[in-house]
Amino acid sequence: MDRRIAPALLLSFALALPALAEEVTSFTLENGMDVVVIEDHRAPVAVNMVWYRIGAADEPAGKSGIAHFLEHLMFKGTDTLEPGEFSATVELNGGSDNAFTSQDYTGYFQRVAADRLDLMMEMEADRMTGLVLTDEVVLPERDVILEERNQRIENSAGALFGEQRRAAQYLNHPYGIPIIGWKHEIETLSGKDALDFYSEYYAPNNAILIVAGDVTPADVRVMAEEHFGPIAANPDLPERVRPTEPPQLAERRLSYSDPRVGQPYVRRSYLAPQRKAGSQEEAAALIYLSELLGGSSASSLLGQTLEFDEKTALYTTAMYDGVSLDATTFEVLVMPVPGRSLAEAEADMDRVIETFLTEGVDEASFERLKMQLRASEIFRKDSLQGLARAYGEALTSGLTVEDVQAWPEILQQVTPEDVEAAAARLFDKRKAVTGYLQETDMVMAEEVTQ
Amino acid sequence: MMRALIAFAFAVLASLPAQAEIEIQEVSTPGGIDAWLVEEHSIPFVALELRFRGGTSLDAPGKRGATNLMAALLEEGAGERDSQEFAIAVESLAAEFSFRVQDDSLSVSAKVLTENRAEAMELLRQALVSPRFDGDAVERVRGQVLASIDTDKTDPDAIASQTFHALAFGNHPYGTSSDGTEESVSALTRDDIVAAHAAALARDRVYVSAVGDITSDELSDLLDTLLGELPAEGAPMPDRIDYTLGGGVTVVDFDTPQSVMIFAQRGMKRHDPDFFPAYIMAQILGGGGFSSRLMEEVREKRGLTYGVAAYIYPMDLSEMFMGMVSTVNARAAETVAVVQDEWKRLAEEGVSQEELDRAQTYLTGAYPLRFDGNGRIANILVGMQMDGLTPDYLRTRNDKINAVTVEDIRRVAAELVDPEQLHFVVVGKPEGLEATN
Repeated sequence: MDRRIAPALLLSFALALPALAEEVTSFTLENGMDVVVIEDHRAPVAVNMVWYRIGAADEPAGKSGIAHFLEHLMFKGTDTLEPGEFSATVELNGGSDNAFTSQDYTGYFQRVAADRLDLMMEMEADRMTGLVLTDEVVLPERDVILEERNQRIENSAGALFGEQRRAAQYLNHPYGIPIIGWKHEIETLSGKDALDFYSEYYAPNNAILIVAGDVTPADVRVMAEEHFGPIAANPDLPERVRPTEPPQLAERRLSYSDPRVGQPYVRRSYLAPQRKAGSQEEAAALIYLSELLGGSSASSLLGQTLEFDEKTALYTTAMYDGVSLDATTFEVLVMPVPGRSLAEAEADMDRVIETFLTEGVDEASFERLKMQLRASEIFRKDSLQGLARAYGEALTSGLTVEDVQAWPEILQQVTPEDVEAAAARLFDKRKAVTGYLQETDMVMAEEVTQ
Repeated sequence: MMRALIAFAFAVLASLPAQAEIEIQEVSTPGGIDAWLVEEHSIPFVALELRFRGGTSLDAPGKRGATNLMAALLEEGAGERDSQEFAIAVESLAAEFSFRVQDDSLSVSAKVLTENRAEAMELLRQALVSPRFDGDAVERVRGQVLASIDTDKTDPDAIASQTFHALAFGNHPYGTSSDGTEESVSALTRDDIVAAHAAALARDRVYVSAVGDITSDELSDLLDTLLGELPAEGAPMPDRIDYTLGGGVTVVDFDTPQSVMIFAQRGMKRHDPDFFPAYIMAQILGGGGFSSRLMEEVREKRGLTYGVAAYIYPMDLSEMFMGMVSTVNARAAETVAVVQDEWKRLAEEGVSQEELDRAQTYLTGAYPLRFDGNGRIANILVGMQMDGLTPDYLRTRNDKINAVTVEDIRRVAAELVDPEQLHFVVVGKPEGLEATN
């Protein structure tokens, strides 16, 4: 994109909102552990997070779900802590804790009174290297994650449909494998598998400490150096290289039928670029595109056309989140009104996308969106945990603190022409998967209407 | 280090912040609106929370779903603007409004920037006072509600909840989904929606809190303008209903791999003198976090579930002591048995001193941590007002927690907890489970 004209545009649309960069400090310990401190002194609360640059997409073949299984097992004790004692100690200090796993990261956090931070770091440092696992704790926990899979995936037709679509989207990259793992592979995971993964990837030079709240960078540095400083870096940490996608040359179409489907819909994903360090402009344009096409029902092109004017859809949306280590997806969904087929809904979707490509960006909508994006920077400062999480996701997905801080300005510099150009590059059906979710089998679009 | 850690934990307990460090101002406007305010000027926006008591239980006989449909239409056109014009006006100001209904209340949450607060509040005022309920908006939103009703028919969680409520509350509004049924929603007219609006949004039932970049004078003016034109009185509150469902197991046959279960017995009123012992007792049995008895027995030891919880659930018009769990069909009978055993153990033994100490430490330590964002604080403050509490509850609440003894809980457990009365609704294909229905 042409960035030279952007500052001029920005000036003319600048709003009276004060600049409110959050107070963020970052540094790196000698063993390679990155530390980010986000100050917010409104309440005597701190969020302590340890993020590992390791996720489901880094798993060995045949071991899907091991990153998530290990996340659960990290609460099962160390040389010095008994199973369950980590969380029990957090609770004894009035705090709460949990953890999460994605394709690109695994994160652990505690939310505590700010004067409990030192103890939280002591325990996180302890379990970075001292994990102890026995079958006595591993086997029941494997049943727990199978039940988690039952709850999240097997009991939901929409979630099963999502797994099938993602598997079709990625021809070679592991993003096609579900984070929680395929059921038949989860059933075979062992404590040894978890420990192998742990010893290879859990190390200070693969971790980021993020502390947000009523803290100072100086205090955090002292505590971090005391607790994490003595842990040796892993000199053999593998470079983070994953299988990459070949050129996607053929449109993929699939249909999933399940008697539990209440409302059928058509959902399409396009392979899309992610936010990259020093190069976030394309992703910024796609953020606008997703909102202009499928943001609010009353003001987006899909909503206005299909929900309001033509009244052929119950619900429409477009989804894009650019934070991802490797190529991500841009998704579009149309849920037709009763009596309208999915083939017709898909034709509606195609027609609206075509309209966008021909007619371009509506200037008034674009300016409104720009204002909302600027305001969202104010609202997001109200959530300590949200801010800390945003930094963690970005830093484990190939971005830097500077990229995170530059992002609001990059969003403000996007032009309508940038969005149109990004849309023209994105909407290529050879890189797309179109899926029908329905209650009973029906033939797909080409076979009936076209 | 294990012992050292615990010792350290106990050593510093005394210094836990015992109070939430926020300053509540009580604001009474010339127009007669009472509100709680916390000034917080570091971020240039305010979170405003309004809650109208009544909610979907105010639906008139035969008009189930009217309040829900009405609330969904508040942002679909007001004053001079139709649905799209209204949405665009709100988006232009980057204001965020949300309207939600529950059994006992209708909630309005607003986040507005300081720089355009007056304009944003004028839009909110129109949505509350003069919603249009235009014909095409009614039909569009009605279609969405009907779709949601349809989706619930094949959602095991929704089936479990609706089945339980129907068994426990029958023809009372609590007994049916607040969305209404296909028939009732299809039959609603614009007049029904207008009537539901007049019934639910009135000054005699509104509770207000504001947190953020606003002074008490500004808030006072704002509220009189915002709410002054609402009717003084709404519809009378619905009748109470006692929870009288007996024990048993109701199975709803549904083809899905994991059985979803809801279980409950009679509960306790929020203002019962024994509420705090009951609340802590429920925390020990099935409260949040990983250390409750149910989490230990059902999840940690046996791997039967991903999550299990139980809690005291006082509503405005009835009370339950309820919980939920889900497990693979093959192990459903075992899961029910473990929950029943824990219910029995609690009734017979109460809790130990160590369990009480841990629960008190957790609850009192966690309390101030809730108050860490304008929207979160506004939400808590309005909930306190709905519960009839005063601002000094912030200072006294932890004392009430700490005053509870093992004997209190043993007495309450013996009186309240009744394994014979515990009723399970199980949705799925549970194996080996004897249904009593």
